[in-house]
Amino acid sequence: MIVPPRWHPWLGLALWVVLALPPVRHVLEATMTLQMLVQIPLLAVAGRWLAPLLMRRVVDVLSGWNRSGITGIVLVSLTGVLWMLPRMLDAALENPWVALAKFASVPLLIGVPLAISWPQAGFVVRGVWLVEIVAMTFRLGWLYLVSPVRLCSNYLLSDQQQLGKIMLAVGVAICLLLAWKLMWGGSQVESPDR
Amino acid sequence: MSVLRTLLASLLILAAGMAVLGTATDGFRAFTSETARRIDVREHPRALPPVILQTADGQMADFASLRGRWVLVDFIYTRCMTYCSVQGSEFARLQDRLARPIAAGKVLLVSVSFDPKHDGPAQLAGYQHRSGDRGAGWLAVRPTDPSGLDALMHVFGVTAIPDGLGGYVHNAAIAVVDPHGRLVAITDWDAPREAERYVLHGLAQ
Repeated sequence: MIVPPRWHPWLGLALWVVLALPPVRHVLEATMTLQMLVQIPLLAVAGRWLAPLLMRRVVDVLSGWNRSGITGIVLVSLTGVLWMLPRMLDAALENPWVALAKFASVPLLIGVPLAISWPQAGFVVRGVWLVEIVAMTFRLGWLYLVSPVRLCSNYLLSDQQQLGKIMLAVGVAICLLLAWKLMWGGSQVESPDR
Repeated sequence: MSVLRTLLASLLILAAGMAVLGTATDGFRAFTSETARRIDVREHPRALPPVILQTADGQMADFASLRGRWVLVDFIYTRCMTYCSVQGSEFARLQDRLARPIAAGKVLLVSVSFDPKHDGPAQLAGYQHRSGDRGAGWLAVRPTDPSGLDALMHVFGVTAIPDGLGGYVHNAAIAVVDPHGRLVAITDWDAPREAERYVLHGLAQ
């Protein structure tokens, strides 16, 4: 990031507020693709930028309970699963309380714990999690692409199929990125005695 | 120590997370809102709101006046060129299959338009005619005021969204209303036998 770190919390806060503005919500929730691949990830990014506000005192206490960032990553994964349920995507449009829960939980239970836990996670934890992310992207993408029924009452079938295609592409992109990082990114992947 | 504490914390979060996921999916049964509405209706029958409905021959009615018989309800809009047109012919076939209880005044079919601005009595009558209306036991209606439409769609759990081609896409289904005027089941729109079985079972009791 080009932005100086001390501005990050303000940037996160601004992003959070902007995403919650009704016109922005309206646009980003108009299609399934935008809600799943733009709105929810941006909410997580807002949380990631907000994380430094909590960091100093809390992280020291938490780290004793968060070895290798595992506890945080469990929390991130479960919250992520919740907001991948088609039912929750529908409910976030129809029920203001669910919308509130989404706007609170994605930054605070995905963005923040990921920002705290990722630096503590070692190669194995990161690797296992990323492989699962890739697998999940392919599974969901495939499901959306081939499902003959609409999984969300608020979105069109064509939208769902487009999301499926994009998710397969995202899965491939993550694979390529990981391959590039493993080969040229300077990761310590081989055993030290070689 | 931090290994054990991490294990403990992770397990606690896992347990809490599974509890939340279980609640959000009605005990891991409903992952889509369509399944959720069917489970909820089956387990918690819903009272219908007193909404004034206009029929294809211009008469006024409401669901309260239909009490005492089983009512099968679907939601339509008459301009529909895709599967809604099949919804109409499925209802015409149900008129045949349920002819006896219909003649006895024990069963009624009702198609509710969610596009009341366009669907006046003439359009509703045209829709029934095109679908092969057998002439008895099928009302096509429209709510006369917008708040009534909203109330009906809310109780029945109907979501209609623009299809981008000037029409709508909606979660079509056949809803079953019992003689007490309560919504008790929602069945697949393209499997009218399911709704038929439900009603015949109810009549046999």
